[in-house]
Amino acid sequence: MVVSGGTPSIELRGVYKRFATPTGAPFTALRDLTLSVRQGEFCAIVGPTGCGKSTTLALISGLEPPSAGRVEVLGRPVTGIVPETGYVFQTDAVFPWKSVLDNVAAGPLFRGVARSAARARAKDWIQRVGLAGFEHHYPHQLSGGMRKRVALAQTLINNPRVILMDEPFSALDVQTRTLMENELLALWSATSASVVFVTHDLEEAIALADRVVVLTAGPATIKGIYSVDLPRPRNVAEVRFDPRFADIYQEIWADLREEVLVSYERNKRNAAA
Amino acid sequence: MRPPELITAPLPAARDAASGADDLVDAAARARAYAQRRRNIQIARVSVAVVFLAAWEILTQLEIADVFFFGQPSGIINQIWRWVTRGTAQGALWEQIAVTLEETILGFLIGVVLGVVLGVLLGRNRDLADVFGPYIKAANSMPRVVLGSIFIIWFGLGLPSKVALAVVLVFFVVFFNAFQGVREVDRNLIANARILGASPRRVTSDVIIPSALSWIIASLHTSFGFALVGAVVGEYLGAIKGLGLMIATAQNTFNPNGVFGAMFILAAVALLAEAGVTALENRLIRWRPNVITDVTL
Repeated sequence: MVVSGGTPSIELRGVYKRFATPTGAPFTALRDLTLSVRQGEFCAIVGPTGCGKSTTLALISGLEPPSAGRVEVLGRPVTGIVPETGYVFQTDAVFPWKSVLDNVAAGPLFRGVARSAARARAKDWIQRVGLAGFEHHYPHQLSGGMRKRVALAQTLINNPRVILMDEPFSALDVQTRTLMENELLALWSATSASVVFVTHDLEEAIALADRVVVLTAGPATIKGIYSVDLPRPRNVAEVRFDPRFADIYQEIWADLREEVLVSYERNKRNAAA
Repeated sequence: MRPPELITAPLPAARDAASGADDLVDAAARARAYAQRRRNIQIARVSVAVVFLAAWEILTQLEIADVFFFGQPSGIINQIWRWVTRGTAQGALWEQIAVTLEETILGFLIGVVLGVVLGVLLGRNRDLADVFGPYIKAANSMPRVVLGSIFIIWFGLGLPSKVALAVVLVFFVVFFNAFQGVREVDRNLIANARILGASPRRVTSDVIIPSALSWIIASLHTSFGFALVGAVVGEYLGAIKGLGLMIATAQNTFNPNGVFGAMFILAAVALLAEAGVTALENRLIRWRPNVITDVTL
């Protein structure tokens, strides 16, 4: 099922992002990036390592302002943190000094919900991500996969309309990863949220997304956008054997491969220099 | 606390998941080995003290080392016993200890509060840090003991001058740790809190401070010792009561046993305080995995 309906929930138009490096020389991470994500769409962004995928998410979330161009979320220009967004980070970003329950309840508490109500909602979300019984554990007592579940519950409890995910499962082992991907699809299908999912793993991108965006080696801009017309609901473990999957993979890989090679050569030169 | 079998290194033998009974035997054996090791350590510790004190006593008895300069363990014990039973030149022994402790604890508390507040403030605010940074570094590079004389002129021979010296000693240790702790906070955690809806104040109270707490508490171990140094040096420079004054008095009457006796009392007080800080640490940072287990130094 390709999500229909035209209202864009995220729009980037002619976006540039430059950083000052420690030496003072400007570094361009994004160059003239234009992208629009529809309401309820699952959009994956792939590209070579370090090309600016995470920067794109930082711009959409409002953590970073663009250097030029427009960023709009839900029809409003982004000027600071957008309350309707959720963000799942690549590395562990759950609070190590809070129990699972307090971690999940953090969002509502920060937003002024009463403690008892926040805890009740947190309990419900802990149940939904399959962590019932671990409410009073601290993150260091959990496995990597379980900590990701905490992060998911922590994000989803705020009912975000835009969910940004920065290689959330890249640190997990393959089995746990497949499990978490299926869980994510199940949780997402119960919402009407748009997802922007950054990954360097093309298989993961195709298995999850409605559309796959390929970025060029940095400074990143759009190389190509591909629709993934695999039926939903999908089982991530099985959809990979769909012959259509292989076709899509080949088509996108041809594009991505060039950029990966460019990035690889560049890194090699930099390392040698 | 973790059960003891988790503290010892895992046995090298490959463990079969099916053999639950073997696991129990292993656990019991490891618990025994752990207890054995603890006993051996205790015995070794006591032996070090016995050998050291015995050598000291014998060398002075044989007059290889001069009692006039080095004192003598038996003399030190006598001295402490006299202080306990007959009091010191300035009054009862417990009163001297109480005075020094009062100065130490007051100086410690004030220094810690100032250090944490300013450390977090400057750690959070780049502009403030850039403006005040050089001054704080300059102040820190000054040998603070010389301030003791000024404080006695300013605040007199009583408690305030000792507290002031303890405060300046404690402040910098805690300040730099708190400042560094705030600077080292994981950027991802801050970003996560902001996205989840935290205001800057909630970011400070819910992310920055808990995260910096392990740094701050680490500094408390050293800074309590510094507070004690501040109080004792302050008393040594000029006071009416206190352990520092006892050391000064003993020195002026050429009584090395008195100097060492007061030092031993100070060491005992410092060790008790250290145990208190460790207990506080275990309470405050319960969330941290127990990496350091049986290294008690």
